[in-house]
Amino acid sequence: MLHALPLAETSLSGWLSGLISGHALLPGEAPLAWAVVIASILKATVIILIVQIGMLYATWGERKVIGRMQDRLGPNRVGLFGLAQPFADMIKMLTKEDITPTAAHKWVYNLGAILVVPPAVIGFAVVALDRHLIAADLSVGALFFFAIGSTSVMPIFMAGWGSRNKYALLGAMRAVAQVVSYEIPQVLSIVGVLLLAGTLSMNGLVISQGPLGDAFPGVWYVFLQPIGFIIFLLATTAEIERTPFDIPEAESEIIAGYHTEYAGIKFGLFYLALYFVTISASAVGAILFLGGWQPPFGFMAGLPGWVSMTAKTLVLVFVFMWLRGTLPRLRVDQLMAFAWKVLVPISLVNLMVTGFLVKLVAGWPPLGVFGAFAVANVAMVLLLLWLVAGWRRRSGARQMSFDRPRDIAAGAAVRGGAA
Amino acid sequence: MGENWAFVAIFSIIALSIPLLGILAARLLAPRRPGAIKQSTYECGLETIGDAWIQFKVQYYLYALIFVLFDVETVFLYPWAVAYNALPLLALFEMIVFLLILGIGLVYAWRKGALEWI
Repeated sequence: MLHALPLAETSLSGWLSGLISGHALLPGEAPLAWAVVIASILKATVIILIVQIGMLYATWGERKVIGRMQDRLGPNRVGLFGLAQPFADMIKMLTKEDITPTAAHKWVYNLGAILVVPPAVIGFAVVALDRHLIAADLSVGALFFFAIGSTSVMPIFMAGWGSRNKYALLGAMRAVAQVVSYEIPQVLSIVGVLLLAGTLSMNGLVISQGPLGDAFPGVWYVFLQPIGFIIFLLATTAEIERTPFDIPEAESEIIAGYHTEYAGIKFGLFYLALYFVTISASAVGAILFLGGWQPPFGFMAGLPGWVSMTAKTLVLVFVFMWLRGTLPRLRVDQLMAFAWKVLVPISLVNLMVTGFLVKLVAGWPPLGVFGAFAVANVAMVLLLLWLVAGWRRRSGARQMSFDRPRDIAAGAAVRGGAA
Repeated sequence: MGENWAFVAIFSIIALSIPLLGILAARLLAPRRPGAIKQSTYECGLETIGDAWIQFKVQYYLYALIFVLFDVETVFLYPWAVAYNALPLLALFEMIVFLLILGIGLVYAWRKGALEWI
């Protein structure tokens, strides 16, 4: 059958359409429409299987990595190196009793758990694993990804409110405030990349970072947008509520936040969504800043694209685990201040500087472009350090504080007066 | 392009089936022995005091308002960024003016204390 596959038409639905019309497999006048539906179902099933296995082993990997960082071994009992642990966990989730609190609003409570998964999964539709291994290369791919990702606050709030539990409501409120606040620096940090690439399509973004890129050939955007990359990484860590930004589910303060009241499989769904978004955010970070499926070095040109893409994604997943293993949790006021008083101003400045540079360096040789961006980024970092140093000197605070010096002085006076 | 969006639609439906299948499987496998105490609201093991559906502090809504301001801004920024290479230099200054106006809004909110966590 394979010889019937025309080499130019590698699209799955095109091949299926030929198959259907050639063999009269299905009735109807429009074999292409049927082919699109069948191809979509096949593609969706494959993506979900890959992502599901990736998610299961991300949990295993995280426990191993964190374990090693804390001088433990991590799971090592179930199967070789504990490799069967995720399946044991899955069986446990499925066979545990599913409790719905009597006080909870049944509909909102259950819908929250169900709807938390789709936003985490749908983002994978636009992730380009390789030039031809992309399910839907939408012309607005990057925008679609972040738009879908931002809808995840609604199921989270439904879960927190529907549980009718004080801790769940607190966690949900915190989650909404945090996700909404960090979305601004996240989308602003990406605009710098869009200025350079001039496209929103995932494949277009990757191609523009490769040797065939028309604007600035062969340079990953992490080298032209280092500040943008760091903002993206920090804001994404907060968006997906991972330590050190996991205030909404800070177990030392509010039990488990918005999923306090969930047990068994419904708790598992929240867990599932968390790891799905960790993987998809890493994949999109790799596409936007690390060159996606482009090989890291010129001599690796023979390497299949999906290998480099998977490797880059895993590196970013590891960075998220590393952050969790290294940094303590922030306080809720520090967290909100960090988003609005640090990340948003920096990303606005970064955006303006990038816009200026893109116009300035048009037509320059690659080394000149790289040099101009390097100088601008170093200058921005120095400016930031100078500002922070000035802040700390004036506020006289030992710890990093983003409060207004006036308030701190006033607060100290009040406290001193009371005592 | 139409094919891509058709895929997204079908994919969304299939994505919704993941949690539904999970819950269905759990319904078949998991035991069900409900009890009054088991199903009471969890509050660190103590008896629950008061209701959770209360009036909540206004701080969260202030953040939501500032968020709406900036989120609308990004809606303008994305098409600007994508078309940037084809636009004249004036586009840069227009956007800088736009961002400065927004920056003033942020500074105003900052000075008014809307960004302070009380």
